[in-house]
Amino acid sequence: FSYFAFNNAEAAELQRLIAVEQQKAQFQAQVHNFTDVCWDKCMDKPSSKLDSRTETCLVSCVERFIDTTLTITNRFTQMVQKGAH
Amino acid sequence: MDSFGSDLSSGSSSGKIDPGTIMEQVKVQIAVANAQELLQRMTDKCFKKCIGKPGSTLDNSEQKCIAMCMDRYMDAWNTVSRAYNSRLQRERARI
Repeated sequence: FSYFAFNNAEAAELQRLIAVEQQKAQFQAQVHNFTDVCWDKCMDKPSSKLDSRTETCLVSCVERFIDTTLTITNRFTQMVQKGAH
Repeated sequence: MDSFGSDLSSGSSSGKIDPGTIMEQVKVQIAVANAQELLQRMTDKCFKKCIGKPGSTLDNSEQKCIAMCMDRYMDAWNTVSRAYNSRLQRERARI
């Protein structure tokens, strides 16, 4: 009486489907993080709708945060490589 | 519903769980976790924005502020989601 009598093909397909959902979940998690940070940067008093200035700020915030992440990663890599000599 | 065939099983007597059922449960669990995360962060932000010196109840203006704040938070979340998605597409197009 086995609950998981999957053959190899079924197991591989299941793994693939789960990996897809995991990737979606990772995306969601990042959106939560960005929204958290960018809300503090961009939102003033809560109003009856999101005006275009705030909307632009949020978009820019996401882009600049990602740019910052890349800049730090690249520079840090260089620093580590220099240190290794 | 069962797209994986049943060459191994003799139907439900083998106790084999349908992969479709597993995927449904995975999706539901992820959705629930996502909603919990959203609510936790939203509560944090809106409490900070709307409640000054905590009184003995939430007054009318605080209630209104919380409702507006929730709507704005979800608007912000959607804006961020679109922006992040766009950036990912752009980065993928460069590779």
